[in-house]
Amino acid sequence: MRLTVDGREIEIDPDPEMPLLWALRDLAGITGPKFGCGIAACGACTVLVDGVPVRSCSLPVGGVEGDIVTIEGLADGDTLSAVQQAWLDEQVAQCGYCQAGQIMSATALLDEVSDPTDEDIDNAMGGNLCRCGTYPRIRAAIKRAAAMKLARA
Amino acid sequence: MASIGKIARRTFLIGAAAIAGGVAVGYWYVSRPYDNPLEDDLAEGEATFNPFVKIASDNIVTVIAPRAEMGQGISTTLAAFVAEELGVPLEELTVEHGPTSFAYYNGTMMEESGPFPWFDDSLLASIARDAFSTVGKVLGLQATGGSASTRDGFERMRQAGAAARHMLLAAAADRFDVPAGQLETVGRTVVHKASGKSATFGELAVDAAKMSPPSSVKLKDKADWTLLGKPQKRVDMLAKVTGAPIFGVDVMLPDMLFGTVKMNPVFWQKPASVDLSKAEAVKGVVKIVPLDTTYGHGFGVIAENTWAAFRAADLIEADWGKPDFPADGAAVNEALNAALATDGSRLRDDGDVDVAFADAPADSVLEAEYAVPFLAHICMEPMNATARFKDGKLELWAPNQMPTLVEYLSGAAIGLESANVTAHTTSLGGGFGRREADTTIYAAIMAKEVEGRPVKVIWSREEDVRHDSYRPAAKGRFRARLNQDGLPAALDMRIAAPSVVASVMRRTFPSLSPAGPDGTITQGSHDQPYTIADYRVSGAKADLGVPVGFWRSVGNSFNGFFHEGFMDEIATKGGLDPVEMRRKLMAAHPAAVKVVDKVAEMANWGEPLPAGRGKGFAFTLSFGSWVGEIVQVAETDAGIRVEKVWIAADVGTAIDPGIIEAQLTSGAIFGLSAAMGQEITFANGMVEQSNFHDFDAMRIHQCPEFEVAILENYHRMGGVGEIGTPPAAPALANAIFALTGKRIRALPLSREVSFA
Repeated sequence: MRLTVDGREIEIDPDPEMPLLWALRDLAGITGPKFGCGIAACGACTVLVDGVPVRSCSLPVGGVEGDIVTIEGLADGDTLSAVQQAWLDEQVAQCGYCQAGQIMSATALLDEVSDPTDEDIDNAMGGNLCRCGTYPRIRAAIKRAAAMKLARA
Repeated sequence: MASIGKIARRTFLIGAAAIAGGVAVGYWYVSRPYDNPLEDDLAEGEATFNPFVKIASDNIVTVIAPRAEMGQGISTTLAAFVAEELGVPLEELTVEHGPTSFAYYNGTMMEESGPFPWFDDSLLASIARDAFSTVGKVLGLQATGGSASTRDGFERMRQAGAAARHMLLAAAADRFDVPAGQLETVGRTVVHKASGKSATFGELAVDAAKMSPPSSVKLKDKADWTLLGKPQKRVDMLAKVTGAPIFGVDVMLPDMLFGTVKMNPVFWQKPASVDLSKAEAVKGVVKIVPLDTTYGHGFGVIAENTWAAFRAADLIEADWGKPDFPADGAAVNEALNAALATDGSRLRDDGDVDVAFADAPADSVLEAEYAVPFLAHICMEPMNATARFKDGKLELWAPNQMPTLVEYLSGAAIGLESANVTAHTTSLGGGFGRREADTTIYAAIMAKEVEGRPVKVIWSREEDVRHDSYRPAAKGRFRARLNQDGLPAALDMRIAAPSVVASVMRRTFPSLSPAGPDGTITQGSHDQPYTIADYRVSGAKADLGVPVGFWRSVGNSFNGFFHEGFMDEIATKGGLDPVEMRRKLMAAHPAAVKVVDKVAEMANWGEPLPAGRGKGFAFTLSFGSWVGEIVQVAETDAGIRVEKVWIAADVGTAIDPGIIEAQLTSGAIFGLSAAMGQEITFANGMVEQSNFHDFDAMRIHQCPEFEVAILENYHRMGGVGEIGTPPAAPALANAIFALTGKRIRALPLSREVSFA
């Protein structure tokens, strides 16, 4: 089957029941999305399908239609997306393992709500677990990214 | 505290020394430098100056930061040590974990293994610290733990940078025929201003490496530091915001197979019978192999992709056998009670506690029983390792915290000497003390079955939760006798828990048994800076059979709760303010009092709070750092909300305040997560939890605001990575008492209250 991932076409031959996450990681070699739980409970595997954040560990690849964007497709060449740049500026990541998923969820949030409240952030990000406890800096980075996006617009 | 007489009668517990079969080595062996492992693998024109610095002809300057990067920022801090003395901006350095080598031994991790509290500066305590540091060096133990990496690297890595700079300048002085004193550096270039001559480090490297290293180097004074003491940008942050393949699970090798494991959910047992037919029928399965190891028994599934391996593992049917250890919560409790009935080892025994309680009036005595459950680590990156066995050699890629032991144990599992094993340490998606050798041992056995092809073995989250090296369950019985003034005259704490060291030995070196007491059982209770006339802390080993290990802050993780929860009770019974009581009991330790004063001032402790709010205080000295935390909670319609946490920590010397602040916050969230809702329970000898739906951690909507102060009053440097954890649980429990009047003595708190 053919998938569009980060703007390029990939050709893979998976069992249609295989979760999108493993099709991306093992078959297509796209390792940005991470495996954390396999039951859509931690958000480490979050990717965007037509702009909507989905937990790729629990989504059969056979049913996926639309453009897939992973953490590897956010930057434009060497220019980071506003969310990535804010993450860098706020020095958010510790171990960094959950951050691909955090950044994808935050990207989807800011595409939906340009100036999110704390409650918006809580609602959008509650499904993304971080064991290092980077939440205070995640919150700060989302607000910084919102400001950067508004300034760029 | 510990006197010579007591120590002579006591057997030190030295886990690693026992591994070596007792350490008796001459001065030569102790003082012998290890070979520089970088010399084995230099590119054309590349030169190495010491195990921490190499420079290539294209002017790439590589710093080896040989500790596991698990989010604590150690690669940045260690590189900053070199950068400071080498005189090169941090962002111009390439930072790598580097090879596995004895040269990267951690001497500091074991320094506090003797029976001396951190604040004991006596000659005897100093001698013991030197002796234990020597054990780490002699064993060549390359390991990340004990919040020791920054302290361990502080001298060595600054010296490595200074020595390399000295040699580069000497080579340039020869080349330009000028005195070295007239040279300076700009970035990675040596410049002679007067003549306008210059050469890059890369151009000088080969000649410079031939210069003799300076016999002694003068390191910069703290006042002259340009990088240290200031927040740095982490060297791995860009990789982490762009999804770069830096973790163990991201390893990709040509012709690679994928795999997972299904280990016996009943620890240590061999399955009585097994049916692999359904599993083997799964499309994509290559081979299912038995795993019989010191860590446990089970099966490795090798497949063409991870998902096929997961599905097959789920279809393995077996009679897993019966547990030979306490099989459920009631049996665990009974075993802990039995241990509490024994005397145990006394790592603190001031005054005469028995006499103090013998004539105590009943109304002056306070008694309580505390308990904590087993806990899993749940690192975000599930357990994994990649292995390739080819031509009699084993190569490993794994997130791990002890690469020299990983090489030894994984090789031994398939009959290889360490010399034929190479371990590469990737970035760790969380560590917290979990990353042992089980993952690489299993991967090695599986790789040997498909000789020549690498196998990437990733555990499911279910396997991770059910086959951890758990934080021990523990129980304590405490009593205090109060004076008329409300202060404790006598304190007697008896604590029972499994021995972490004994459990680690069982799965790593089962033929050896550690002797003596295990200090981790009372760590956080026996070594606190309180002055109480009659003060005894006893630790009893309870063999619960369950594998236990190092969980962020180890024994402090539960002793902090025991000691500081009970201190809060003492203050309440004595009619004293808990903070004021600490000031009095810690008066002999100015660093402690300053921490208490600082955090109280930050939180405006003592201000009248509106109804529906409460604050709690706790203090723990751990890993050489003095930490006070205050938690504020509020009653809401949805339950108790943790609103704000104030932390003051004296770390002696603060190398990177940005990273320290992140670690203090991280450690506190780790402790709060456990205190609020985590527990691992057993039925029929099997763990009942399996994934984040029944073993979760704090989420962003539960996360309080943080305010952190970093102090530098104490004269020795402390650790950072674990110190935020111990006071978090007691500060929260004490805040809930202040809010509700309910004294909760058993974790998790969610058994008694609900959280918003």
